[in-house]
Amino acid sequence: MKRIASVLVVLCITQSAMAQKYMTRTGKVSFYSSTPLENIEAINNETASVLDSKSGDFIFQVPIKSFKFQKALMQEHFNENYMESDKYPKSEYKGKVSNISAVNFAKDGTYNVTSAGKLNIHGVIKDVSIPATITVKGKSITIASKFNVKPEDYKIGIPKLVEGKIAKEIEVTVNNILEQK
Amino acid sequence: MRIIPALLVAALAMPLLHNNALAQTKKDKPKTETKDSEDEELMDILDDKSAPKKKEYTSATFKATRIVNGHSIENVGKGVLDFRIAHRFGSLAGGASSFFGLDGAVTALAFDYGVTDWLMVGIMRSTYEKEYEGYTKIKLLRQTTNNSMPVSVSYMGAMSVQSMPAPTLPAGQEWFFSNRLFYVNQLLIARKMNRWLSLQLMPTHIHYNLVPTSGEPNNTIAMGLGGRIKLSNRIALTGEYHYRLPDAQLNGYKNAVSVGVDIETGGHVFQLIFTNASTISERAFIGQTVDDWGKGDIHFGFNISRVFTIVRPKGFDESRNKVW
Repeated sequence: MKRIASVLVVLCITQSAMAQKYMTRTGKVSFYSSTPLENIEAINNETASVLDSKSGDFIFQVPIKSFKFQKALMQEHFNENYMESDKYPKSEYKGKVSNISAVNFAKDGTYNVTSAGKLNIHGVIKDVSIPATITVKGKSITIASKFNVKPEDYKIGIPKLVEGKIAKEIEVTVNNILEQK
Repeated sequence: MRIIPALLVAALAMPLLHNNALAQTKKDKPKTETKDSEDEELMDILDDKSAPKKKEYTSATFKATRIVNGHSIENVGKGVLDFRIAHRFGSLAGGASSFFGLDGAVTALAFDYGVTDWLMVGIMRSTYEKEYEGYTKIKLLRQTTNNSMPVSVSYMGAMSVQSMPAPTLPAGQEWFFSNRLFYVNQLLIARKMNRWLSLQLMPTHIHYNLVPTSGEPNNTIAMGLGGRIKLSNRIALTGEYHYRLPDAQLNGYKNAVSVGVDIETGGHVFQLIFTNASTISERAFIGQTVDDWGKGDIHFGFNISRVFTIVRPKGFDESRNKVW
């Protein structure tokens, strides 16, 4: 009942504004750690994200185990020792695009936006602000973003022995193509 | 909370005002609900049950391809070469005169390579009887996180040849090359019980082409039990025991008992071990362990493993700068 009611409410309120949901389950996210000793890169093609074009609400979920590394052992250590993916299987960003009205979803083009929200990595939730671009092309939109994450902020312990091999700030690149729902 | 003052106002004021107040509360309520329901709705879309559920395999049941002496369910990854150095020092019971066993050691060098994610091949040279061994480990079943498959099962097969000088035989007797050969068939059945505990059963069959006396069986059958307890993300306690069936074993040998500590640092795994087996290949430590743990004939030893990625998976070169 509650769901039906809320859907009805949403329908009533958004009817005139033509709110659209955009989503994907095959979004790409990668990260890159660069140090003089070693560069580490991992790619994930199984990101799920959804955007409400009216409210600007945005959810972005990354299954940690789906990150692929160049070295198999790195992937194991990433899951076992650093991200503890058995305990924290998903990272999530739940935010709101603050200037969603600046994006004309009916017109092809690239729009710069900023979003503010909560980023959950390794079970630690932080308030973050992330700049992104939304590229509208027909019925699909591409959300692209690049930002830095400090492992330290998310209680990801790095032992002294490998400290020189893992960057203090890790560059995260997001590229998700969302289809209209 | 908003309704109460509104009702108070309504009760006290004119009917017109009453209507306005009600209208106000009506407007307010849906607004707060909308925010929640939208978030919920977005989550609902993501959690959609119709979304394809991916089967997920349990990973990292053990840290290394060996538990202590024997094989674990783990293979090296595809395209990964694992270079291993193993040492088993002499018995601690030798005391200070043999530097607690450090004077003498059995050593082995081994290369393990992951042909695919389910097939590993390896070669090893051990100093005990100058043995050369080739082995393969094949993943048959893999434990899944949703328990639709509760265990992982692998087959490990090994064949080895010792290269000691041929013995001097009485005239007329021939020394065959096949006398030098050993075969091992082993099934590895493992379950990662939870994050910190993994257990493994290892039914083992060993065939000795040549046995010391004609009364002894050529086949040794053993059941092994192994496990690891994770103490931290990088340190684990391991243990292993092999029980040989009384009717299928060589005379005068003992069951091998080993305990160890796994220490992991970057691309290395160090395994520090205490065992009554001074040998490293399966046929030797399972079937031909001489020393008795109870008499203090314990050997200190270690395995060092270093992995090299030989074949890199495709799609990584400069991909971060690539437009997808």
